[in-house]
Amino acid sequence: MEYTGRPAMNALSIRGLTKTYANGVSALTGIDLDVAEGDFFGLLGPNGAGKSTTIGIICSLVRKSSGTVRVFDVDVDENFPLAKSYIGLVPQEFNFSVFEQAIQVVTNQAGYYGIPSALAHERAEYYLGKLGIWAKRHEPTRFLSGGMKRRLMIARALLHEPRLLILDEPTAGVDIELRRSMWAFLREINEAGRTIILTTHYLEEAESLCRNLAIIDDGRIIQNTSVRKLLSQLNCETFVLDVDSGDEIDEVSGYSMRRVDEGTLEVDVKREQSLNPLFAALSTQGVNVLSMRNKANRLEELFLDLVGEEGA
Amino acid sequence: MNPHGTWIAFRTILRKEVTRFMRIWPQTLVPPVITMVLYFIIFGTLIGTRIGEMGGFSYMEYITPGLIMMSVTNSAYSNTVSSFFSAKFQRSIEEMLISPVPNYVIILGFALGGVLRGLIIGVLVTATSLFFTKLSVHHLAVTLSIVVLTALLFSLGGLVNAIFARSFDDISIVPTFVLTPLTYLGGVFYSINLLPEFWQGVSKANPILYMVNAFRYGILGVSDIRVEVAFTMIAAAILLLFALINLLLNRGTGLRS
Ligand SMILES: Nc1ncnc2c1ncn2[C@@H]1O[C@H](COP(=O)(O)OP(=O)(O)OP(=O)(O)O)[C@@H](O)[C@H]1O
Ligand SMILES: [Mg+2]
Repeated sequence: MEYTGRPAMNALSIRGLTKTYANGVSALTGIDLDVAEGDFFGLLGPNGAGKSTTIGIICSLVRKSSGTVRVFDVDVDENFPLAKSYIGLVPQEFNFSVFEQAIQVVTNQAGYYGIPSALAHERAEYYLGKLGIWAKRHEPTRFLSGGMKRRLMIARALLHEPRLLILDEPTAGVDIELRRSMWAFLREINEAGRTIILTTHYLEEAESLCRNLAIIDDGRIIQNTSVRKLLSQLNCETFVLDVDSGDEIDEVSGYSMRRVDEGTLEVDVKREQSLNPLFAALSTQGVNVLSMRNKANRLEELFLDLVGEEGA
Repeated sequence: MNPHGTWIAFRTILRKEVTRFMRIWPQTLVPPVITMVLYFIIFGTLIGTRIGEMGGFSYMEYITPGLIMMSVTNSAYSNTVSSFFSAKFQRSIEEMLISPVPNYVIILGFALGGVLRGLIIGVLVTATSLFFTKLSVHHLAVTLSIVVLTALLFSLGGLVNAIFARSFDDISIVPTFVLTPLTYLGGVFYSINLLPEFWQGVSKANPILYMVNAFRYGILGVSDIRVEVAFTMIAAAILLLFALINLLLNRGTGLRS
């Protein structure tokens, strides 16, 4: 057999993972998941689907009921400390002491990973600086804004420079500008070789950042594919047209149309279909199209389709 | 984790603990001193002068070691119970749980934090007592080792309490209903030789009696019990609690769902 250098390794490999909480809630009912090293992976799913439970198990905060979890080929049942040292976690909820200063939060975290204080301070300056909260380093964390707290948790997770960064809804409640800058930052560290797993409810975020994704619903994975493949499944897009016609608008053959209100028209356009005949037909009717936009994020529609189907 | 990394993790936890109680010093360092002053004024000066001698010492001298010990144990216990419980409550304990730091290091870090607070209080309270009574140390090694071991034992006790606690009420139940009564009945204020034989026997089932008396032996040279017995008991209890906490942390009791 030909030697191909470094064997392809999975950053994360999960088999048959189940979790039933003490109160009887069955949060995971058998999950298989592989995330390749270097991937930017999205874990999507509605509220209560089991995303945080899965992440909790990977990071040892939740005890699994059965199944195996391997992090960079290390079985957590065999050597959890080693597996943990590979992972950086940005949890869904704030979980730092509200009395400590931001700088203490990050340097203490580094200390738990055995990083010497001088190096911890150097990295703290770098990551808090990169995330724009270095100036706030001596504030007790309770005085930080929500967006600053999120960024503090990202810096905290990076101080030991983990090979796998897991972010559980890192941009929840973060304004658009900041979200874009966080995206740029995450892309940058992914390009530098770090594997990233991200959960989010903003599908635009998953579409723009992730290469592969899994959709989890009701404790099961219902879709596990690349973002590109998933989008290609979309064979229909809905456009919203702002029109200035008060009269009836006749159906244009080949398109399914809905008049939402006086000035708004929704049109479903198939992937292979051109828009020209639609505009031609509308202008023959004397309908003026003032503007046009996509109804929703494309992934969002697909997501609703998938999750809706499951629920039905 | 390599030994050097483990050492760094231990120092980090310990420093965090010390920073915590120093940051809130008006809550952690001042009250024991005030309480002590009140004890000295009431029991020592006002009532003590009417009691006369006990064990060959003035009443004030007799109760001083017990009072110091009581401040130390209370401080050590309340440090770990409140620090660990509030870390659980704020979920900042997760910072340690997701890291590779071994459980025994977490225990040692928290426990020694409690010991340090106990010792600082011990020094403050002893200094305060010098305004009211004279104090000479009969056996320095016994005094110091018993105070450190007792502080460690109570620190560990506080950790057990915090691990099981689900609410802030739960962290005050044990001190109020178990520790305070045992301390008051543990020979802080009297020699059990004053009690009828039956109650002397009962008193000897109280572990705090041994700690108070061993400490009193270190300072005054008198004790109701044998000091070796006290050392053995305290050491055994420390090992037992350490093993228990290690087991609880390994299982994730109260920490991992
Ligand atoms: N500690 C717990 N004890 C009992 N049940 C729990 C616990 N944590 C989560 N659950 C339940 O497990 C299921 C999955 O929850 P989980 O937090 O994993 O969902 P999620 O996908 O992260 O949702 P969200 O998008 O809202 O964060 C839910 O039904 C939830 O109620
Ligand atoms: Mg969640």
